[in-house]
Amino acid sequence: MPAFNQSRQYIIRIIFVATFIVLALRLLFLQLGPSNYDTLAMDNAVSKKVVFPDRGIIFDRKGRSILENTQTYDLMVLPTLLKGIDTLGICTILKIDKEEFRERVIGAIVKNGRYRPSIFESVLPIETFVQLQENIFRFEPGFFLQERPSRSYPYKAAAHILGYVGEVDSAVLKRTNYFYQMGDYMGLSGLERFYESVLMGQRGVRYQIKDNKNRIVGSYENGKFDSTAIAGRNLRSSIDIDVQVLAERLLKNKLGAIVAIDPKTGGIIAMASGPTYDPNELTGSNRRTNFSWMLRDTARPLFNRAIKGQYPPGSTVKPMGALIALDEGVITESYGLGCSGAYHGCRRPIKCTHKNPGHAANLRLALANSCNSYFSHLYRLAVDNPRLGGTVNGYLKWKQYMNSFGFGVKLGVDLPSEDKGFIADTSFYNRLYNRSWSSCTNVFLGIGQGEMQATPLQMANMLCIIANNGYYYTPHFISSIDGEQTTDTLLNRYRVKHKVTKIPASVYKTVQLGMQDVIENGSGRVARIEGINIGGKTGTAENYGIISGRREKLKDHSWFVCFAPIENPKIAVAVIVENAGYGATWAGPMASLIMEKYLKDTLSESRLKEVERIENTEIILPIVRLKRAKIDLLKKERLNKLQLKAQSPSVKKPLSTPTKNKAITQLHKEAVKPRNEEQVI
Amino acid sequence: MKNKSFDISKGVDWTLIIVYVTLVLFGIASIFATTYRDESVIQGFLSFKTDYSRQFLYFGISGVLATFILLTDSKFFTATANVFYFFGIILLLLVFPFHTEVKGTESIIRFSGFQLQPAELCKVFVNLALAKYLSSIDLNFKKIRSQLIAASLVLVPAAITIFQSETGLALVYLSFFLVMYREGLPSAILVIGISMAVLVILTLLIDQNILAILLTVSALLFLYVTRLQIKRNKSIVYLVVSIWVIAVGVQRFAVPYFFSNILKPYQVQRIYATVGKEISVDTKNMSEEELKKMEDKKRAGNYNVKQSKIAIGSGGFFGKGLMKGTQTRYDFVPEQRTDFIFCTIGEGFGFMGSIVLLGLYLFMLFRIVNMAERQRSTFSRSYAYGVASVLFFHIFVNIGMTVGIVPVIGIPLPFMSYGGTSLITFTVLLFILIRLDADRQMTLR
Repeated sequence: MPAFNQSRQYIIRIIFVATFIVLALRLLFLQLGPSNYDTLAMDNAVSKKVVFPDRGIIFDRKGRSILENTQTYDLMVLPTLLKGIDTLGICTILKIDKEEFRERVIGAIVKNGRYRPSIFESVLPIETFVQLQENIFRFEPGFFLQERPSRSYPYKAAAHILGYVGEVDSAVLKRTNYFYQMGDYMGLSGLERFYESVLMGQRGVRYQIKDNKNRIVGSYENGKFDSTAIAGRNLRSSIDIDVQVLAERLLKNKLGAIVAIDPKTGGIIAMASGPTYDPNELTGSNRRTNFSWMLRDTARPLFNRAIKGQYPPGSTVKPMGALIALDEGVITESYGLGCSGAYHGCRRPIKCTHKNPGHAANLRLALANSCNSYFSHLYRLAVDNPRLGGTVNGYLKWKQYMNSFGFGVKLGVDLPSEDKGFIADTSFYNRLYNRSWSSCTNVFLGIGQGEMQATPLQMANMLCIIANNGYYYTPHFISSIDGEQTTDTLLNRYRVKHKVTKIPASVYKTVQLGMQDVIENGSGRVARIEGINIGGKTGTAENYGIISGRREKLKDHSWFVCFAPIENPKIAVAVIVENAGYGATWAGPMASLIMEKYLKDTLSESRLKEVERIENTEIILPIVRLKRAKIDLLKKERLNKLQLKAQSPSVKKPLSTPTKNKAITQLHKEAVKPRNEEQVI
Repeated sequence: MKNKSFDISKGVDWTLIIVYVTLVLFGIASIFATTYRDESVIQGFLSFKTDYSRQFLYFGISGVLATFILLTDSKFFTATANVFYFFGIILLLLVFPFHTEVKGTESIIRFSGFQLQPAELCKVFVNLALAKYLSSIDLNFKKIRSQLIAASLVLVPAAITIFQSETGLALVYLSFFLVMYREGLPSAILVIGISMAVLVILTLLIDQNILAILLTVSALLFLYVTRLQIKRNKSIVYLVVSIWVIAVGVQRFAVPYFFSNILKPYQVQRIYATVGKEISVDTKNMSEEELKKMEDKKRAGNYNVKQSKIAIGSGGFFGKGLMKGTQTRYDFVPEQRTDFIFCTIGEGFGFMGSIVLLGLYLFMLFRIVNMAERQRSTFSRSYAYGVASVLFFHIFVNIGMTVGIVPVIGIPLPFMSYGGTSLITFTVLLFILIRLDADRQMTLR
């Protein structure tokens, strides 16, 4: 039968071809067109897992690790595998009830979904961990334990120096241009922060394939794109952890600071600030609670007084006055002054503790006896030096000296947020006295009072300059980095010798001898150590506080600065105890113990008793103590309540982590904010 | 008896068989690529528990059936076409008392471990019956009555299939109109069909009222342009007006009625999703269960298409290599063994592989059309066109669905998708053609 519709086959063929062309064009568009389908496919199937490296360890000068890594454990839950698990068992171990259990599981599902593990309880306390580890087989695979590296401090000391790590917040992420990622830990204060780039190491990344239910099914491309984590490098510090522990013991129940430096290198041996805290408190699960309690403490344990406490230096500044006068040539070592118990060169007499004639017959004697008249006069001589032409120029020159000694400027220690103390500028006096001021106006600077404040670190550094006959290295903690390369520039500035004056060594000798006299038969006799020649200087600094809106004179700060041995200085110490009275009363014995411990390595039985005596003495202004006690009471109540709550748990509404982190960062900023020149209590 | 010895290969179109085997092996490889899970391959193939080995088994069964078909006398098919047709209808009806609900469809009969989807199988019977009817010696296909009979031959099983909630499979029967077109159905019907399709798509894309205005304006414009002819022949006006009435009627009433009363809500939403629109369905009268079912189906459909597009799109030009595609390897595309098997090709072999596969299919279709045109008998030609049309419809809708230009309709890709009924049906469909073609010099009725 002839096919009379034969031509129609072509129409049909055309329909076929046209349709296939449409499909081909669509494929062309999908597969070769501009699109992100491959990224979408990657996102679907490949998960990027960051492997955190171990942070570097910090060793003390004898090679003992003072900051280590430990493993803590989180209890993880995988909601999809929870069927048939002994819920009651888990609840008993974690001391929670079923309601809480249910809520946590729901929370986990909301956060990460059913098929991905979430934290059920983070940073398990050791007892709970042990109990869980023994029994975990009963709860697997719905529950499992996961390691999480964390920091630990075996000596429970040096909290202020070492600092702490914490999760990065969004501000850091932005600032570092997303070098860090959400969930990363970074050093937030102390050495942890300063040496972050060295300690952090290098993150590793593992690419893993996951299936449509987000379960990991293997590595991507056999690990072709993976990178291994490189551990952070270790730091060698100049800290002597024994001395550090001793310093912290001595400052117990006191407000104050101790700084000990090796003058030859600038390496800091110990730096303590009282009151301090156990750095382990700021790791683990209780970090946030502990942090907030410390913030509320009126004695401010988070505040590092050694680099941020700013005090009038009092008599301890006198050796500097002598050096300036000698360097300017306004006196010689034999220059003497008749003092009868007060300085009458200016309108108001300045009292001197000594009356006997001849106690300021020469520089060495004046220094040994800490004659106020002598050093007030010296200050005026230096500032009114006719060669410089006028008080203003003279003062500027004096300020320049002080700055070069490290006062009124940041020394550049390897801790973040160091303060620079205070040396007034001429404009300060111009403003205050309407441009009519003379060397009499600020004559108190000669005896370390008035418009001048120094940090304990600056004082210790000053002692280094004296001990070294005129030079110093910027004080620092870290002497070397393991595997140091030329690209590590962090330490370069601590290897530069700073020469301060052009005074010959012989002049320094005189000052040193004067300071030795202070110890041998002057105000600093308490600091004597058998068989070691020490040079030192006491200080008793007047200070004011604002109590309920009124400016009031508070009990004097007790200062003591010293170095030893004189012939070959190995340690320079500065001690301040707030509101503790005479320098010799508290600061002196403390400095002496520090030196002895460092130089002799041990303390005798009787000296240990002395340590105990000091440790157990509380020197805190009554008003501070009162407020502290109130907060302590509150804390106890809160803890009791928490315990009660733990026994009968109820709904807990924790803050979201980002909010918490933000709050902590904010609080941290407040905690390290310097105080006004006068403390507000 | 001696000279009756039968040479099976005589007149058989080997090219088509080679293309067929290539496609099936391609399909098994794709199923293997998506379902292989580190087990021993030999064991996997021998155990018949893995999908690829089962498909291999179905391929074997198909081979046996194909051989039987090739050994059958061509006259058998003409003789039994009508019997088979009624057998098919009965099978379709049997589904209602005996069906088991698998994945929401109600079209599968199960008995002692076997399961059968009559709607799939019925395509063969309908094709045979249609060919038989179109080749009737006393047929005058120009008569409307004949056309109606042919149409109902096709539409009755389609209607039954719709009642089994297998709209996709029912739509396949529409492809037989291509056969009727070839056999003399007026071109106007094809034109009307295509115009209707365009109108429905426009209804989906354009707001009802705006479309009505557009239609009116174009009708008036047409009248204005043809005003000189109208003066001579008034019937143009009636024609234009009646077209306008029908178009607006379809667009304003028929389509909305069809969508809201005949299609399931999830189908409506899938159709709108294909043109990139999200619509809210009137959920007032739905029970909570129905509502949930609808949401699930809608989400599943959208998710499938999204993941399928990602899979194909991420293939790029050369593809990621078989078994290297992360989308298909890790189950991101649901139904990727069956309806979405094309994704594996798209992801694994990229644009190149996809075009090769499309080319292979097109070659097959052209080959079949060529074969159709060389038949002496109308029966064979008509049957061949039936095969081409069914294959064409399946290929277009299935691939169109995976690339997101056709709504999600669950119909398999011929010869490649996993599934026994599907593979066997297409094999039988094709090999009957090859058998008929071997006897192309005979006149079959």
